[in-house]
Amino acid sequence: MPPFAAVNIRELIRPIGQLLLFSLGSAGVLSALVLVLALILDQTAVGLHLHDRYNVSLATYTLVNLPQVVIDGLTIGFVYAAIALGYTMVYGVLEFINFAHSEIFAVGAFVGVELLIALDHTGLLRSASLGMAYAYLTLALLMGMAAAGALAVTVERVAYRPLRGAARLVPLISAIGVSFLLQDVIRLVEGLTTGQFNRIMPTFGNFDRRIMLGRLALGDTTVPLGISVKSIIVITAAVLMLAGLNYLVNATRMGKAIRAVAQDRATASLMGINVNRIISLTFLIGGLLGGAAGVLYALKFTRIDPFVGFFPGLKAFTAAVLGGIGNLTGALLGGIVLGMLETFAGSFLGVFTMGAAGSEYKDIFAFSILILVLVFRPQGLMGRHVGQKA
Amino acid sequence: MSLLSLTDVHSFYGHIHALKGISLTVEEGEIVTLIGSNGAGKSTTLRTVSGLMHPGSGRVEFDGRDISRMEPHAIVAAGLGHVPEGRGIFPTLTVRENLEMGAFTVRDPEAVRERMAYGFELFPRLKERIDQHGGTLSGGEQQMLAIARGLMMQPRLLMLDEPSMGLAPVLVELIFDIVTMLNDKGVTILLVEQNALMALSVAHRGYVLQNGELVLNDTAANLRRDPLVRTAYLGMA
Ligand SMILES: Nc1ncnc2c1ncn2[C@@H]1O[C@H](COP(=O)(O)OP(=O)(O)O)[C@@H](O)[C@H]1O
Ligand SMILES: [Mg+2]
Repeated sequence: MPPFAAVNIRELIRPIGQLLLFSLGSAGVLSALVLVLALILDQTAVGLHLHDRYNVSLATYTLVNLPQVVIDGLTIGFVYAAIALGYTMVYGVLEFINFAHSEIFAVGAFVGVELLIALDHTGLLRSASLGMAYAYLTLALLMGMAAAGALAVTVERVAYRPLRGAARLVPLISAIGVSFLLQDVIRLVEGLTTGQFNRIMPTFGNFDRRIMLGRLALGDTTVPLGISVKSIIVITAAVLMLAGLNYLVNATRMGKAIRAVAQDRATASLMGINVNRIISLTFLIGGLLGGAAGVLYALKFTRIDPFVGFFPGLKAFTAAVLGGIGNLTGALLGGIVLGMLETFAGSFLGVFTMGAAGSEYKDIFAFSILILVLVFRPQGLMGRHVGQKA
Repeated sequence: MSLLSLTDVHSFYGHIHALKGISLTVEEGEIVTLIGSNGAGKSTTLRTVSGLMHPGSGRVEFDGRDISRMEPHAIVAAGLGHVPEGRGIFPTLTVRENLEMGAFTVRDPEAVRERMAYGFELFPRLKERIDQHGGTLSGGEQQMLAIARGLMMQPRLLMLDEPSMGLAPVLVELIFDIVTMLNDKGVTILLVEQNALMALSVAHRGYVLQNGELVLNDTAANLRRDPLVRTAYLGMA
């Protein structure tokens, strides 16, 4: 038997390698795609139109804008990946789509943001040193995770477990009901306590600072290339969580039990595994990741409302299906590809169509993907199962 | 007191009445076999004992304790192992991980190591396959893994559901030799088989199950001579 330490380090490094591979891979493929498109369109009215404005070729314009698009795409892609893992873990174990997961995410966001707003009112945030600012953000992240994790476990216990033996559609309908219920609960609580549905993440710390990586020449002007501190935080936190999850599922006793339950629930129970506890654990993990994603999303996009979970949830679900629902690695890949794709679409659609279709059409891409995958490759890019090693 | 006793157990799948009042006992140290043709209710009997399903009525007692309402994981922890029909190997867990799952209730890593080594002693083939996925093993190797995994928790009673199913004759011999050897070491065994000839050659006592009811109950030697058993299950005139 190889020494334990050797196995462990490999299990920690492997997912980071995978994330890097997926990021570079999807960035590379999409960049090549838009560049080819740019070269083709360069001689058409599209190219001429752009040339009139910036005095550069469409290819140059595209090339210069690419790095920033990739950075932004990665940031949102990691958020999608973290949410997608919640869908995929639960699906892998129960073959059931937890439609309430988007609201678990929203509750995480609200708890984190409300905590920071409360701290802001006491004046603590404004006077906070940089170290304390990070401590408060970490606290908000942990509280959002704890609330979302506890909620996910409770929802399973109350709304899904009693329906375990029922027809497949029944828990699905229950999940949709829970989803609406939670939206209204958030509205009710926010209405009663603050009188407002829209909440704004307080500005503090150095999170809004942009670190300039340089300026790229574009004809007569230059294009800034930078990354905001909050993007770095989002990416770092997501990578740490994803690596942690991978480690948990592949290298720990509980993680192996999760995989065993996903593969064969009855036999797993004959191993002495308490299947209900493993199912609760699965919801807990999904909730923790979803809650963290909620707080990170609020950090990145600032404004949240009771329906904030809807689109990210639907897109993360798409990401999970794209990667292969039930497959953990697939959720990472799907999240990154989807985040990247939608950012590419949002950034280049306007130029490529001469403004006829702007970035507001980017969601078409996400949902077209969902439909195309469901029709042509329902098992997703990587096939299925949490049972498999991530 | 019997190690295992079933008293007038009825089990159902929805409206299907699969067990119609089963009463049987297994004494400490015995090999007891339960034979019967396909669909007789053998697997259902084991599933009802290990908690995978609960009896509609009747009592299941293990070591003097009523286990008929307990969940499988708790029954396992009480010392009752069940190697299910079809082996139940986790296909994308490695051989090592499958064995680790068998020892899920064992918290001492040293004990897990020792028992794994014992499993490899019984079935050296498994050691060669240690990092292979369970799903890539041959049927015989999977059966070895299922038995080795069933032993990881060191059960007081091991229930085996058709361990010879689909195996080449040499392997069937090996499996039954190991059943006998385990029994010599003190493991009580409840053996479900369609291969009545082999089962009755290793067991001390046997029960014959037909359509959810026990029709015979005797020593293995007597059952081997029984006309019904000879015609219906041993294929002899
Ligand atoms: N999951 C199930 N759902 C409905 N009926 C079942 C199920 N499993 C077994 N049965 C029925 O219960 C009876 C006993 O089956 P089983 O215990 O598997 O028989 P055996 O193991 O002796 O071949 C059979 O009539 C079978 O059709
Ligand atoms: Mg059977």
